[in-house]
Amino acid sequence: MNIGVLLKQVPDTETKVRINGDASGIEEGDIKWIVNPYDEFAVEEALKLNAALGDGEVVIFSLGRPKTVEAARTALAMGAHRAVILDDDGFQGSDAYGAASALAKAIEGEDIGIVFAGKIAIDDQNVQAPQIVAAKLEWPHVTNASAFEHEGDTALVKRDVGGGVAEQVRVTLPAVVTCDKGLNTPRYASLPGIMKAKRKPVKNLSPSDLGVEDDVGGDNAKVVLSGYHMPPARPAGRILQGELSDQIKELVGLLRTEAKVV
Amino acid sequence: MSDILVFCETAGGSAKSSARELLGKARELADGGDVVAVLLGADVSGDGLGEWGADRVVTVSDDALASYVPGAYAAALSQAVEDVGPDVVLGSASALGKDLLPRAAALLETGVGADVVDLREGDDGIEGVRPLYAGKCLAVVNVTSDPKFFSVRPNSFTIEDVEAGDGDVEEFEADLDDDYGYEVVDVTKTGGDKPDLTEADRIIAGGRSIKSAENFGIFDEISDLLGAAVGASRAAVDAGYCPHSMQVGQTGKTVNPSLYIACGISGAIQHLAGMRTSRVIVAINKDPDAPIFQHSTYGIVADLFEAVPMLTDELKGLLAD
Repeated sequence: MNIGVLLKQVPDTETKVRINGDASGIEEGDIKWIVNPYDEFAVEEALKLNAALGDGEVVIFSLGRPKTVEAARTALAMGAHRAVILDDDGFQGSDAYGAASALAKAIEGEDIGIVFAGKIAIDDQNVQAPQIVAAKLEWPHVTNASAFEHEGDTALVKRDVGGGVAEQVRVTLPAVVTCDKGLNTPRYASLPGIMKAKRKPVKNLSPSDLGVEDDVGGDNAKVVLSGYHMPPARPAGRILQGELSDQIKELVGLLRTEAKVV
Repeated sequence: MSDILVFCETAGGSAKSSARELLGKARELADGGDVVAVLLGADVSGDGLGEWGADRVVTVSDDALASYVPGAYAAALSQAVEDVGPDVVLGSASALGKDLLPRAAALLETGVGADVVDLREGDDGIEGVRPLYAGKCLAVVNVTSDPKFFSVRPNSFTIEDVEAGDGDVEEFEADLDDDYGYEVVDVTKTGGDKPDLTEADRIIAGGRSIKSAENFGIFDEISDLLGAAVGASRAAVDAGYCPHSMQVGQTGKTVNPSLYIACGISGAIQHLAGMRTSRVIVAINKDPDAPIFQHSTYGIVADLFEAVPMLTDELKGLLAD
């Protein structure tokens, strides 16, 4: 069984965000790009499952910007077998629906039995593409996996549903599973791995290769972002003074009478 | 004028309190249009939602909806949306909402403006405002397809007096499959009865200076008093003091409470990213130079192990009155 991984390249979490001139996005000039941290859990889980199955390939799927091939190479260096990247001007400006439609078509072309993805991309935090990919493929999806057990035609997945509640879900394969921290510890790419990755196959597909010209690109986006702006600055805070016991009394007074939150 | 459908999550067969925020906002935005609440479950009741602002309430009761099954919920919601035919669909950007809404919208080939913190009438109908890069910036989000779906970050709106609607309840029968390849086989509760971090109205959080997993117990009493969820910084999670499910920040949960009390948290940019929209931030930290103080409403320079018990006692006195 071939295993797919959805991979996204995102700005490093240390990035200081600056709005670009026409407020249509952020300045990308000096951004350091990394593999979305949650996608590393997806790559690791795919590699573990591939090793346990003893056959098939781990195939990376990534749609993005011109440097997306670097993110794919990082996953190949970790041990993935090959990559399908959707790097074409025609994809630029796609929304989640467009991106997911294209990724679903790419997955259909590769005989994939399960797809892992990160539970969230830390840039737009959209939490949409994996579920839309699953909808397009008419597969079930399971989000926020913190444990995964392959059972043959099904998988047992533990997922955090918030409020201190966890569910065990049995899902029929093929399926899309999104990965949470705690699922595994992603391996580092070894030096031989990095060398090997340079020779691993990377296929680049265009919108017309996939037949998704009417779904992708900014002109077809159903969700359009504009008017980027910085959050309003918080008014300068107040550091309380005096004996700690007096500060605590003052704080509780302020929380009640000024902030009205208790 | 817009007709607005609100997907209301349920607990025990009735709408959760999060629906009040969404229905109240929908009432305001509809500007004379209809507000329709939709509830899904095995056996759901839509009584009383008129008071929260619903003109109509559509209930979809089906055994296939007994627990959250994404395929079944997406099918049922998309069919209800088609039947009602609204201009706008609102749901909570809760764990369930974030999972469901993109799939339901995809079945209707429409888009979702995700995780908005504001909604307003724009040039092309209702538009949202959403944080990006974990709140380091914001953008206006327009949905150009029909209907416009938006998921709303919990606690984004303060709803006071809502104009009541008729709240007439009608049943809708969804055409569902027998099997969506997804079965919930077990549910375990690990965190007691604490509210969900992403939906909590009050949060108290600890950082690395909490020093051990046991020491998180220092928040037990105060979180009960306040009805607060307990969060943590990445440093505390990485040190093994608490599970990742408690992590607030860019690689953890994004929270939006009225009150956020940060104890022994220095305020790294990644942590701030996850909680900066909190209305009131209280920082308690030994280090007067900790960056958190630049972002807090009120700051106390003190050891959390001294300050938290005193704060607990003071609140106990206040809340007992």
